[in-house]
Amino acid sequence: MSTSPQKDFKGRSIVVVTGVGVVSSLGKGKQDNWTALTNGKSGIHRIERFETDGLKTSVAGTVDFMELDQQSAPSLTYALADSAAEEAVQESGLPMGEFPGPLFLASPPVEMEWQHRFALDKEAGDSPLEGYDRLIDMARTQKHKDMYELLQFGRTADRLSDKFGTTGLPISLSTACASGTTAVQLGVEAIRRGDTETALCVGTDGSVTMESLVRFSLLSALTTQNEHPEKAAKPFSKDRDGFVMAEGAGALVLESLESAQARGANILAVVRGCGEKADHFHRTRSSPDGSPVITAVQNALSDANIDHSEISYINAHGTSTPENDRMEYNSLKTVFGDSIHQTPISSNKSMIGHTLTAAGAIEAVFSVLTLQHGRIPPTINYDTPDPDIPLDVVPHTARDVQVNNILSNSFGFGGQNACLVFGREFA
Amino acid sequence: MGDNNSQNNEVWITGVGLLSSLGEGPQTHWDALQSGKPANVDAERFAPYPVHALTEPDWSQQISRRDMRQMEPWQQIGTYAAGLALDDAGAKKDESLCGRMDMIVAAGGGERDMEVDAAVMKEGRSSNNTDALLAERLSNDLRPTLFLAQLSNLLAGNISIVHKVTGSSRTFMGEEGAGISAIQTAHARIASGQSDIVLVGGAYNAERSDMLLFFALGGYLQESKHADIWNRNGTILGSVGAFLVMESRAHAEARGAKPYAKLSGIAAEHGRRDNATTNKRLDRAFAKLSASGSTAILSGASGCADITKTEQDFLSTNLADAPVRAFGNIMGHSIETHFPLGVALAALSLKQGALYKPMASNEVESDTTPENILVTTLGHNRAEGMALIEPVSK
Repeated sequence: MSTSPQKDFKGRSIVVVTGVGVVSSLGKGKQDNWTALTNGKSGIHRIERFETDGLKTSVAGTVDFMELDQQSAPSLTYALADSAAEEAVQESGLPMGEFPGPLFLASPPVEMEWQHRFALDKEAGDSPLEGYDRLIDMARTQKHKDMYELLQFGRTADRLSDKFGTTGLPISLSTACASGTTAVQLGVEAIRRGDTETALCVGTDGSVTMESLVRFSLLSALTTQNEHPEKAAKPFSKDRDGFVMAEGAGALVLESLESAQARGANILAVVRGCGEKADHFHRTRSSPDGSPVITAVQNALSDANIDHSEISYINAHGTSTPENDRMEYNSLKTVFGDSIHQTPISSNKSMIGHTLTAAGAIEAVFSVLTLQHGRIPPTINYDTPDPDIPLDVVPHTARDVQVNNILSNSFGFGGQNACLVFGREFA
Repeated sequence: MGDNNSQNNEVWITGVGLLSSLGEGPQTHWDALQSGKPANVDAERFAPYPVHALTEPDWSQQISRRDMRQMEPWQQIGTYAAGLALDDAGAKKDESLCGRMDMIVAAGGGERDMEVDAAVMKEGRSSNNTDALLAERLSNDLRPTLFLAQLSNLLAGNISIVHKVTGSSRTFMGEEGAGISAIQTAHARIASGQSDIVLVGGAYNAERSDMLLFFALGGYLQESKHADIWNRNGTILGSVGAFLVMESRAHAEARGAKPYAKLSGIAAEHGRRDNATTNKRLDRAFAKLSASGSTAILSGASGCADITKTEQDFLSTNLADAPVRAFGNIMGHSIETHFPLGVALAALSLKQGALYKPMASNEVESDTTPENILVTTLGHNRAEGMALIEPVSK
């Protein structure tokens, strides 16, 4: 094995972060987000995008301040990704428009929306056809190519790739609520293989629509505590009753240490390890014994070549659903033992909600900022601790402390479990 | 498991799982392709759009009735084909092997509830508050579990549940490019030592109005009836599940798995579609693969006129003497699944030591045993992929 200081314990290229960018319901850019996040401010509010009468949930962390060419999930999803990626690339100092590596994009599945169906249906006028036959009849007029363009799954990555000039065929991916983490992981793996020196890893989600809200609601996944929107997300609290849907994007420029040092780039953090493990128990629920989550955490630690005792803070998945938070605690306790009760752990989702496809990437960005600033963002709304989850959740207010290594967890429907370890040091 | 980038493992294909309009399994597909019978096309059900409709298998061979009820057709097709690939590789029900097997799935999204959608649209015509209508109808009429049959990553999720493949699970999206990236990533992971064994593939259900609507919006569909793929002005979609088990040579030999062939190289390209720049990318991709000797071509041509013509010109310029088969002509175009399907058919052809019977206009009989096969998939709108498949040397 190589002893070069630019290689890790397995002789692999060390992967560092040289740029990050973020958008959430708290605002656009690192500065606004970090200030709000460390002041314990919530971005959750009443939904205004559509009428919520008759819905069980009427709160979300939608992002309503982006300028869009049209109001649609793919347009917002692109705009969020574009903003976060631009901030990240700018910080990295790599050339804007000629990014020297591939794009890994975590983006939500794309679907035709009701506005499109209603528009085509109306256009069909007196046609005797019904349902999709009626819509297809209008599609055949060839007046709606713009709809086709909008609704391709590969479109968001295509536009980003064009703008940032990333190399090769961009990868759009989904591992449900772990997607953002998987995007980072794919970038790390590509650099470690020597396929590239840099990677642009983005997670984005602008898909809060009436139907997406109803779908999660039908699965009883969402909170129904609508009265005080800013208090609806309460991870690890006894009275938590579901997550809050939200939007945003996170972007990271990953780079081999060798490349970053050669060009004198400012190194923000090291991605020390990644771990994953799929679960075969159920489509939405985790194995009762937590073994896949436990394995994912252990895989990340061993990939980083560190012991759990070296983790100074955990950026939790912490969705605020009854099941997730209990399962996350139980699994971490198995890996960390009793020391889990002294390890600070907080959930960004208490403030920004669950940004779904983007969550892992946004939380990776916040993890990098946590390392840089030596300040741990709090878990807010922790007014009624769950006695079965006796964790140090950094309640209510941010904490100043030197942070050396962070474990960031992401879990998703379909048995997806993925974890990242970020550190300040190279070795 | 290491990932030292100095490694360069041979990547073997040791399992093939196919389910399509031609039936199920490698042998059935080979026999059908060799029979010279015309494509199995249903031109009535979704008129004016013909589709290569699935020949339904005995689902219970791979999926329990309980699990079947949790899936929509695209997931059933994929989960079934994945099971066939695992069986074929001798990996099925080997819990320890499947427990560390990596998985990469190329997927789009799942079927909608057509009846609910039609009813809502009808009611919407006389409604002056569509938000209220949607809130009421969707909350009451959508099946709660339908969402799980629609999410892109839930094909992989179902494969984990049904076949216990749980080493890792990643889903790539983005039409044809998703399948190209899936094969490319699986190859890179195995070659570098990041993975020992990977289940990779995709599934596509062509028999759904919501999907036909999407391609109709873009004007990409051939109408009325099947026609020669090199001489038509649109694609005909085909229902296909195609999965491969790929592993390092050392891993396959250690467990005594027999290879179909090896995946020697792959090139993936992306960029603006105009003749000059597209050709430049195709040249670059082809150069990367260094195909030499007696090459055969399995083309993933879609039948969409412009890009199919571009491919035809490219092939006749660079590989004028190589026999060509456009597998979409007989099996339909299967979007995310198309490139994995091409790789699977190449593996099968090398095992047979032959190309299947010519079926389309510029396909000619060939008696030569191909020394390697070039698989192409040029996406109907974007993304270009090529792979080189070769026999394994003893």
